[in-house]
Amino acid sequence: MSSANASAVLQRAAALRATLSGQFRDETVKSIYAEAERIAGRASHHIGTARYDFDQRIDRIVTSPIFGLPIMALLLAVVFWLTVAGANVPSAMLASGFFWFEDQAAAVFTNLGAPWWVTGFIWHGVFRGLAWVVSVMLPPMMIFFPLFTMLEDLGYLPRVAFNLDFLFRRAGAHGKQALTMAMGFGCNAAGIISTRVIDSPRERLVAILTNNFVPCNGRFPTLILLATIFVGPLVPSAVASFAAAGTVVGVVLIGVVVTLAVSWVLSRTVLKGQASAFTLELPPYRRPGILRILYTSIIDRTLFVLWRAVLTAAPAGAVIWLLANITVGDLSLARHIADALDPLGHAIGLDGVILLAYIIAIPANEIVVPTLLMVYLGTGMMTDDVSLDEIKRLLVTEHGWTLLTAVNLMLFSLLHNPCATTIITMYKETLSLKWTVVGTLLPLGLAFLVTFIVASIW
Amino acid sequence: MSAHDCGSCSINAELARMGVSLDKVDRVVALAGNPNTGKSTLFNALTGLKQHTGNWPGKTVTRAEGAFAFDNVRYKLVDLPGTYSLLSASHDEEIARDFLLFGHPDATIVVVDATAIERNLNLVLQVLEITSRVVVAVNLMDEAKRKNIEVDVRSLSRDLGVPAVGITARTGDGIHGLLEAVAGVSSGAVHTAPLRIKGTPEFQRAISELVPLIESLAPGVPNARWIAIRLLDGDAEVEQALTSGRLVDLVASQQETAQRFSAKISLQGTQ
Repeated sequence: MSSANASAVLQRAAALRATLSGQFRDETVKSIYAEAERIAGRASHHIGTARYDFDQRIDRIVTSPIFGLPIMALLLAVVFWLTVAGANVPSAMLASGFFWFEDQAAAVFTNLGAPWWVTGFIWHGVFRGLAWVVSVMLPPMMIFFPLFTMLEDLGYLPRVAFNLDFLFRRAGAHGKQALTMAMGFGCNAAGIISTRVIDSPRERLVAILTNNFVPCNGRFPTLILLATIFVGPLVPSAVASFAAAGTVVGVVLIGVVVTLAVSWVLSRTVLKGQASAFTLELPPYRRPGILRILYTSIIDRTLFVLWRAVLTAAPAGAVIWLLANITVGDLSLARHIADALDPLGHAIGLDGVILLAYIIAIPANEIVVPTLLMVYLGTGMMTDDVSLDEIKRLLVTEHGWTLLTAVNLMLFSLLHNPCATTIITMYKETLSLKWTVVGTLLPLGLAFLVTFIVASIW
Repeated sequence: MSAHDCGSCSINAELARMGVSLDKVDRVVALAGNPNTGKSTLFNALTGLKQHTGNWPGKTVTRAEGAFAFDNVRYKLVDLPGTYSLLSASHDEEIARDFLLFGHPDATIVVVDATAIERNLNLVLQVLEITSRVVVAVNLMDEAKRKNIEVDVRSLSRDLGVPAVGITARTGDGIHGLLEAVAGVSSGAVHTAPLRIKGTPEFQRAISELVPLIESLAPGVPNARWIAIRLLDGDAEVEQALTSGRLVDLVASQQETAQRFSAKISLQGTQ
């Protein structure tokens, strides 16, 4: 086809358009609407008096300017509290079960005459990595995902978007970014894919670049663990789990504020433009299907995330074991790298081991805490007791962690660079190397900046 | 004409869910509709797949595919993103529109929300402009009943000129009747007479002049009338598709579409 023919057709169309009345387009749309109204009027009737609209009554409260946001924060807090309070015991049980098994299996290997490095690599490296990931991540996910899916199924998410719309609009972003942000709580890669619901390319890019600022499910266990160990004990034990949950909510709210702030800056600098209007339908509340929730949250989400973590944890466990057991001079390789990273780590209130853990955990954020525990424990002996108290003793007494370390680690975890899957997804969705690099380095830079400021003024 | 005078359908026809076994399908059925009307729920009910459903508009952002068999005919079902219209140029509307125009579905199920018929009909009318092989599935009949809304699907079917069937996708109510209608429309046994905008005499004259021009420009184009309307409307995107040759490419690739949409794509669409 030559484009000359095409433009001839276009010219003819333009000429014919001139023969039509000026409001042709409006008339087409209007006739569709009129036709729809006519047909619907004939086909659907209200019988009796219109039913008392329960949905609308609920919506007046949960989307009200006064109660909307507090109710949202409260719901979020309840979800996290249930997760914090419910996950501790099963996590500890799983961990002691796994480590008992590790010891037994290692003993069997030793008795069979396997070389120490085979036993170490397989059981204290690969297996221990898997065990940490499963015991730290599985219980919170089993609680958090069904609760989140239930809110989604109920129809609450569009109300969240409705409540946050005015904030996003003021930041120059699209109101639907509230929805994509909510998806990011599950998984940032999924959140970035969901930005396809945003029509304008500018606003979609803003949503993609800022999605990382809400903690995904891979990062929640880190936040929950730190809040439980460091913030919980600051208050009487009766309210410790509330304080821990409140801390996690606080971190999430910081994430939302950063999302809005970065969107605001982007919309006024490199991605200039106005927020576009859109219609958001508030769907009726529907009774969630229990089986469907369990299926979605356990198969699609929990096992999906866990499997990914397992796939990255096994090689990470192997790498950590090698780093901890290959010695150069008097010190292990892990120690050398950690020492080299120490000055940078201390400048931002962390230490070299934490940064090393982040580097090893680039493929998946889920394994940050297990990784750093394994690096700390790498050269020492594993104690039988793997309770939270033991973890705390290890971090505080042996490695000098303070409340600042915990706070900055939570901030760093919230803000730092997206995991490999998210980076790849960002590239697939934008098809731009430039924006992928921006989307990776912007959060990383911000994480260093914020933690540096906090460490300086602490 | 209604869904039930399909003479060739067996009363005992059974639905067989076939998941992602997409090879050797006999017919292709598209699933369109407004956001949050239960398209994905119907998709799951028919294919046995577990496409993630969620109670918020815009859940399905990519095209998901699955298969089912009914009355010994194998169907491929393509779940399109939910859209309010096919007129603007957002990414998901483009996916839905391109598939309806060039994917050559043997039938298109438009899912409408029984509690909001009027708003949903806007999309139905736009789909009818593109393809005549349409079955309207009036979903959420249970919710309508709870809200004391009575929906007369026969009146709907008469006015639209295509079969309309009331269903409740979540419980499976009415699915059998829907599949009979789909079987009839996709085989050609049921003739539809879709309602289309007539417009002024000038409009009709303009259309009849443009259609042959478009057909000679892009031989084999499935719906020249729709493209003519869009050109008269000054739709910049359709104009661009014409001059850049994208339209011709899409028409040329329509033969391969069946192969192109692999099971892999359908799985990617599930997250």
